[in-house]
Amino acid sequence: MGQRIDVEHLNVYYGDFLAVQDVNLNIQANKVTAFIGPSGCGKSTVLRTLDRMHEITPGARVEGKVLLDGHDLYAKGVDPVAVRRDVGMVFQKANPFPTMSIRENVLAGIRLNNRHISKSDADELVEWALRGANLWNEVKDRLDKPGIGLSGGQQQRLCIARAVAVHPQVLLMDEPCSALDPISTLAVEDLINELKRDYTIVIVTHNMQQAARVADYTAFFNLKAVGKPGHLEYFSDTTTMFNNPQNEEAERYISGRFG
Amino acid sequence: MKENDKVTATLKDAQAGTIAVDSVAKASNAMVSNASQSAGPTPDFSKFKPSNALLKQREWKSRIMAGVIGLAFVIAMIPLISLLWTTIARGVKRLNLNFLTFNMSGVIGGMPTPSGGHGGIEHAIIGTLEVTLGAMLISVPVGLMCAIYLTEYARGSKFAKAISLLVNVMSGIPSIVAGLFAFSLFAILMGPGVSNGFEGSVALSILMIPTVVNSSVEMLRIVPDDLREASYALGVTKSRTIVKVVLRTALPGIVSGVILAIARVIGETAPLLMTAGFIVTTNWNLFSGQMTTLPVFVYQEYSKMSVTCPPNAGPGCVASIPSERSWAAALVLIAIVLVLNLVGRLVQHLFSVEAK
Amino acid sequence: MANTSESGSAVEAMPAAAGQIGAGLGASAGGGANDRRDGLDFTNAKSGRHSQDKVFHAVAVGCGALILVALGAVVLFLLLRAWPIFAGPQAKTSAVFASLSGGKAHGFWQYVGPLVFGTVVIAALALAIAFFVAVGVALFITFYARKRIQTVLNYVVDLLAAIPSVIYGLWGALVLVPAMYPFWNWISTHLGWIPLFAGPAANPPRTVASAAVILAIMIMPIITSMTRDIFAATPRLDQEAALALGATKWEMIKLTALPFAKSGMVSASMLALGRALGETMAVMMVLSPGMTYSWHWLQASKSQTIAANIAAQYPEADSLGVSALIATGLVLFVITFVVNLLARRITKKGGAR
Repeated sequence: MGQRIDVEHLNVYYGDFLAVQDVNLNIQANKVTAFIGPSGCGKSTVLRTLDRMHEITPGARVEGKVLLDGHDLYAKGVDPVAVRRDVGMVFQKANPFPTMSIRENVLAGIRLNNRHISKSDADELVEWALRGANLWNEVKDRLDKPGIGLSGGQQQRLCIARAVAVHPQVLLMDEPCSALDPISTLAVEDLINELKRDYTIVIVTHNMQQAARVADYTAFFNLKAVGKPGHLEYFSDTTTMFNNPQNEEAERYISGRFG
Repeated sequence: MKENDKVTATLKDAQAGTIAVDSVAKASNAMVSNASQSAGPTPDFSKFKPSNALLKQREWKSRIMAGVIGLAFVIAMIPLISLLWTTIARGVKRLNLNFLTFNMSGVIGGMPTPSGGHGGIEHAIIGTLEVTLGAMLISVPVGLMCAIYLTEYARGSKFAKAISLLVNVMSGIPSIVAGLFAFSLFAILMGPGVSNGFEGSVALSILMIPTVVNSSVEMLRIVPDDLREASYALGVTKSRTIVKVVLRTALPGIVSGVILAIARVIGETAPLLMTAGFIVTTNWNLFSGQMTTLPVFVYQEYSKMSVTCPPNAGPGCVASIPSERSWAAALVLIAIVLVLNLVGRLVQHLFSVEAK
Repeated sequence: MANTSESGSAVEAMPAAAGQIGAGLGASAGGGANDRRDGLDFTNAKSGRHSQDKVFHAVAVGCGALILVALGAVVLFLLLRAWPIFAGPQAKTSAVFASLSGGKAHGFWQYVGPLVFGTVVIAALALAIAFFVAVGVALFITFYARKRIQTVLNYVVDLLAAIPSVIYGLWGALVLVPAMYPFWNWISTHLGWIPLFAGPAANPPRTVASAAVILAIMIMPIITSMTRDIFAATPRLDQEAALALGATKWEMIKLTALPFAKSGMVSASMLALGRALGETMAVMMVLSPGMTYSWHWLQASKSQTIAANIAAQYPEADSLGVSALIATGLVLFVITFVVNLLARRITKKGGAR
């Protein structure tokens, strides 16, 4: 089962630069929440704070709270590494480990953490994860072939399988389809619809049709001007967002007048 | 005047009175003002057209330069071919199994040894392998970890910049100075007169570490950040990410860099002359007693040049045996270096992820 | 230091995060039951995993610092071992210098002066010979050779760079030196009116000129491989633009590649010069040494380099003599250090453009 995420008064800094200002957001469990907005508005930045991935960038820091099922991810003593095991992430560019086979890629989260796993458990997990990512039928005969030998769409689904194999509660997706062709995109979108049964999903997308297709809720991020911090402009269920937004900027953006 | 005519003619041809030559301007005032606004002056391109002679001259110059450049290439190839040819031609003369499996003990002048040869390089091969292995064991961990520090932990920090600068300074240390350093270090810490293989290893590692650092940094830098992020996102710790993802991905390049670094130091002579020393017998102990290495052997035999054969020595005595041994050892050394180079390149070529 | 370490510093960098907005939103401390397989305790794995991370980080930092230590140790131990020659009694040290120099010098600077002169002259001469050939070869590889031959040639250049110096020395002394005598002789008879080439040419020509030639052969691949990389990086668009304007191939090279590679060629030359300054074996095996400030490049026993002098004199030197040699080694270290630093400076400036 997925878990809810509550973001409270979140400010994100890169060094002294305030990148995102005062975000308050309630992400529902087992729903798909889409982040949309113009380039540079900070939607990917906010996404990356949800599993503390932003910390990889030197000088990045946050103020405020991110509560995963009520537990503050930024409380003292919280281990970001442990956070990331509960909050999985899929990236813009499919990034399977080039030195590993398809099977090893799926098991990477377990093997890299030096956890022992028996062969039968591993087989079971690989099949489960690949089935979960709608990839099993395509690759079951070549599990020992390198993961980078797959097509772009298959690679992205492999990355999703890899993420779900560590059994997270939340899946974050940072423009997962932006490098894919329409057919692969459709496959990934179908997958997202199935995955929300088991996970809370947050997806950043540039494609508003995609947000309309897959998301239950949509958050619209905006920025006042280039160089100014981004902020959460408007948040609602997707139907309202796209049919009857109660926010002028959001309406302008959705109707294609800017961005 | 002639010039002027030409201009007017061109203008008429173009049907666009762009330069306000009186006659044209009077003829159609409106058209001129219109056109001059849109077009501005039209240069006479025939004036700029290069003459055929000039074109030819330029073409000739280009060809001459091509010839000069080709000549430079030929000049550069002459020494290489001559060097390889002489080494092979003179080296094979004494290169046989006996030469490779015996040391120099019991070799008297140009007389044949009981085994039927004229002495060999077994001790030098063992010495080279051990001294180089020692240098490798010091420099690979240090160099690799230093590269990891520079790329994974301290990208762009001031301390990292200082370290990079020092690595470059270190890579410029002349090999003889590295030898002097190892000599001084051991003389001061262990007492004067100390000479062993490990001392040579220390000297070589001063030369090897910067090479390993630089090549490893280069290889770690081309590992895409995507992979690091993918690993972090799976909840993998930083150290495990570095070891199991970053290093694993960069491994072929790093191995290749290490092999090339070995190839570079394996031929070092000067620092070993003053540290590892020179003996005629086989010494297996890296940490005690002098040790001959191949390059030092080449040099020592070269400096002997020849021996005198007493008149009653018989046909088995070879007066020029030292220089023949020198060439044969040089051939072995060159073969080792070339094979290492080839292997280094092959490793990168065959196993690198990008190549696939 | 920047807080790139995500393990330690990231948590500490979040002072505002904890407890700033505690009041109404309070579930953070309470926790509450949940159906998670291992609970939402993000701190559980901390101790073991993080100490591993910290150790690894510490080792990496340590190895970085070791570079600093090693370099410091090089200078320190050389100074320590060289010290007796500066601190020893005047009479003793001057006797040492006299025996090392064959009676020509009695003090350190008097001794090291001709050596520095010889080192710099031979290395500079080698660079002058190597530079044009090396750049020519690099141009040939990049702009004239066909693609398939390029790979082979690149390998040949790397191969040249990999040949051990002792083998260059062996070949230089036994093949090159005898072979060059007619050439040097011709030069000294026809160009002997120039003081540099004043005859009679030594036979065998174990001279500054021959040593410079062998060094030139050795440093050529260094310059070639560096300039070749820069030539190959010349923007394609620039080259095509030049050709589209009707430039000949040479004009294209002159207009685009050479200006583009200028600073790179200079810094490659400086690095090669650094290598030539410190080269030991080839010089020692080819050159017949002397301790003068002579400019007669075709005559033997005129000059010697610091590095070759150390290697040649070291076996016979007593303890104080070794100190003197190490002191000259320090001078060499300083010279190469400056040259290398200059090379890096130039690269940096070129790169900034």
